[in-house]
Amino acid sequence: METLANLSMGFGVALTPFTLFLAVAGAFLGTIIGALPGLGPSNGVAILIPLAFALGLDATQSLVLLTSVYYGCMYGGRISSILLNIPGDEPAMMTTLDGYPMARQGRAGDALVISGVASFMGSFLSTVGLVVIAPVLASIAYLFGPAEYFALYALAFATLGGMTSSNQAKSAFAACLGLGLAVIGLDNATGLPRFTGGNLHLMDGIDFLVAIVGLFAISEIFIFIESHGRSSAIGVTLGKLTIPWADLKATFATMLRSTGLGFIAGILPGAGASLGSFMAYMAEKSWVGSSGRFGKGDPRGVAAPEAGNNAAAGGAMIPMLTLGVPGSGTTAVMLALLMTLDITPGPLLFKEQPEVVWGLIASLFIANVVLLVINVPMVKLFVKILMVPPWILMPMVTMVSFVGIFSLSGSYFDMLVMIAFGVLGYVLRKLEVPTVPVILGILLGSAMEDALRRAMVISDGDWTYLFSTPIALGLWLFAAGGFLAPMFLRRLVKRPPIPPSDMPLDAD
Amino acid sequence: MNKTSIRTALGGAVLAMTLGGNAYATECIAPADAGGGWDFTCRQIGKLLYDLKLVDQPVQVTNMAGAGGGVAYTHVVTKRNEDADLIVAASSATTTRLAQNAYAGMTADQVRFVGAIGGDPGVIVVAKDSPFQTLGDLVEAIKADPASVTFAGGSAAGGFDHLKPLMVLKAAGFTDFASVKYIGLDGGAEAITQTIGGFTQAMTGDMSEISGFIKSGDVRALAVLTAEPVPGFEEIPTAKSQGFDVEVVNWRGLYVPKGISDEAFNGWAEKLQTVADSAEWKQIMADNGLAPFTKVGGDFQGWIDGVVADTTQLSKDIGVIQ
Repeated sequence: METLANLSMGFGVALTPFTLFLAVAGAFLGTIIGALPGLGPSNGVAILIPLAFALGLDATQSLVLLTSVYYGCMYGGRISSILLNIPGDEPAMMTTLDGYPMARQGRAGDALVISGVASFMGSFLSTVGLVVIAPVLASIAYLFGPAEYFALYALAFATLGGMTSSNQAKSAFAACLGLGLAVIGLDNATGLPRFTGGNLHLMDGIDFLVAIVGLFAISEIFIFIESHGRSSAIGVTLGKLTIPWADLKATFATMLRSTGLGFIAGILPGAGASLGSFMAYMAEKSWVGSSGRFGKGDPRGVAAPEAGNNAAAGGAMIPMLTLGVPGSGTTAVMLALLMTLDITPGPLLFKEQPEVVWGLIASLFIANVVLLVINVPMVKLFVKILMVPPWILMPMVTMVSFVGIFSLSGSYFDMLVMIAFGVLGYVLRKLEVPTVPVILGILLGSAMEDALRRAMVISDGDWTYLFSTPIALGLWLFAAGGFLAPMFLRRLVKRPPIPPSDMPLDAD
Repeated sequence: MNKTSIRTALGGAVLAMTLGGNAYATECIAPADAGGGWDFTCRQIGKLLYDLKLVDQPVQVTNMAGAGGGVAYTHVVTKRNEDADLIVAASSATTTRLAQNAYAGMTADQVRFVGAIGGDPGVIVVAKDSPFQTLGDLVEAIKADPASVTFAGGSAAGGFDHLKPLMVLKAAGFTDFASVKYIGLDGGAEAITQTIGGFTQAMTGDMSEISGFIKSGDVRALAVLTAEPVPGFEEIPTAKSQGFDVEVVNWRGLYVPKGISDEAFNGWAEKLQTVADSAEWKQIMADNGLAPFTKVGGDFQGWIDGVVADTTQLSKDIGVIQ
């Protein structure tokens, strides 16, 4: 079997004591970077590139270090989502929806273990997918033109309303707010500024990381101050850490489904891990139907986005390696590293430099196993970092938020924007408007607009072009279904069926 | 309690170290996503600067895509004007956009152009199964029905990649430029993907963006827009040999912020000249289909001013600006 021979060659390259040490160090560092609000995988990896060169690492060693950091961030992001209700990075946003309620019910430990295992499943299986069918799957990118991308983003937005069960209109309002904010900045199609008010700092548009840190972390600080810590998320306690076998069994199928969805989202250039975790969560929610308690601490609501975003991280490697097109912000940074090492990803990479590709794949497997060990049995170590008393933690969150955002662009203006988002987040939370759709609007809005305008150029302004291919049509059908189904289902199903017996009961 | 504080402090120290190390290294901004021509410039020049010991730390490359380089240009002018450790990848696309006043009122004299150390020949490629066999086929198809062909390129509408097919069409006597369809994507790699996928009929870009895809056979080059065939890619015919008198070479170089000292500017000019003269750079040019094109230092700014003036005139001729 050629693949197996290649893989064992990869392990031969990657499995030395020093590279193993790098994998452990990278995984550890990545988990911390991921867990800290304001520092995400793309700046985590970018920060480490100079370090890799300063240490004089060769190509494989650098790749091992950086992929461990990358995957580590994907694992680590969930920790602060669950414990603090502040996503550690943007793909972990969806994990706050059910992870934090679980933590409020005293099940923080269970949520961490379930999401840790889900992360492992997602990234392990997508790495297997990368090995087995990378060359075939690369061609999926060729199937997606402007019309298909637009339909894909439309699908994401159509399902948004059903995200928070309390009030769909508020979700829609929040999404529109995000879409509006996405319009600010230079227009990609004409190079003209929009809604910048003549302020050159706004020409760059609004960085979604700035928005996330403001909406979640800074607004949390305001809430904390206002209530003297009583109604704040800070201070959830972690009980004894046990393996919730029943939950793991119950969420196994969820993890598999979410891995598949996340993997596909990762392969599509431009979609990335955030869309992966979002789609996985929404799909799982509608799959389960009204028997689930999504938004109130359903373990499946923790397993789905984590499996989804880690699978997307693996999937995003495929267009990067085979086409030279990065599938996410972080793979863009990795692509950069490869090119600095004189490795040019593209259709010939697998043929011309197999030792690099298979070394990288082997290092992905190694990083995953290391991360599973770090993030499940040893998760308490990281939890302790976030479990210090509020009078230490709050200043720390504030400091890391400011430092993290300043490290993005080196501009004080972004910090002011972050504070503005903090105030916005505070107001929205007081009005009980969910903040996650705002981020999704900013994140997907400009990509959606670009896709629409490209489609209109190709078709001479003919709207039917958006529905002209089977893939686009399929996506539109799903979008319509996702939009309408919740409305009809609510009328048809008068009373939710009794939850299955292996479902956990509400704690306290 | 004490233990936890120590852990927290350690976490903070690791963070501070990595962030601190970052602040002193030279940064090269590539004004497009990874994989395109500007990215290539930053990667290769950045690597050689370090390999040739011209800088003491590896050059950190930042991708800052948007508005055909306008986002990065604005960023440099407004946020980094006195940063002597910053270099930015530039090319004909930069001057084209400046000439068309497409960087939101920014002008070419708001930065300092250090030099060009290579030229990337313009190319027009189609998917391997495209019905177009020659540049003539493509031009005839557009003449017959302009709506039948959409070009994809890595620069925004009106940018350098957009101008290339228009110059070919102008040489062929077709002047209804507004009817020619073009979509701008973030970088050449995405433009190729859209063309291989059949969403656009042709891709307009630079040789370095397409060489991997030419070798793998996924795309065919209809023409290279140089006077002579490019070494290493002799099988690709020039536009001239097919009867279209067009030469478009995308120079590859750097600019730096306006506010740095003359000393710092001259330092960059010397470093860039050293890179241009190195055997490693010559090898990189040969491997990637770049043609020699070296203009560094004081003269370069004058040459740029001339190019900007010419491009403004050309853009008016073809109706891209008033």
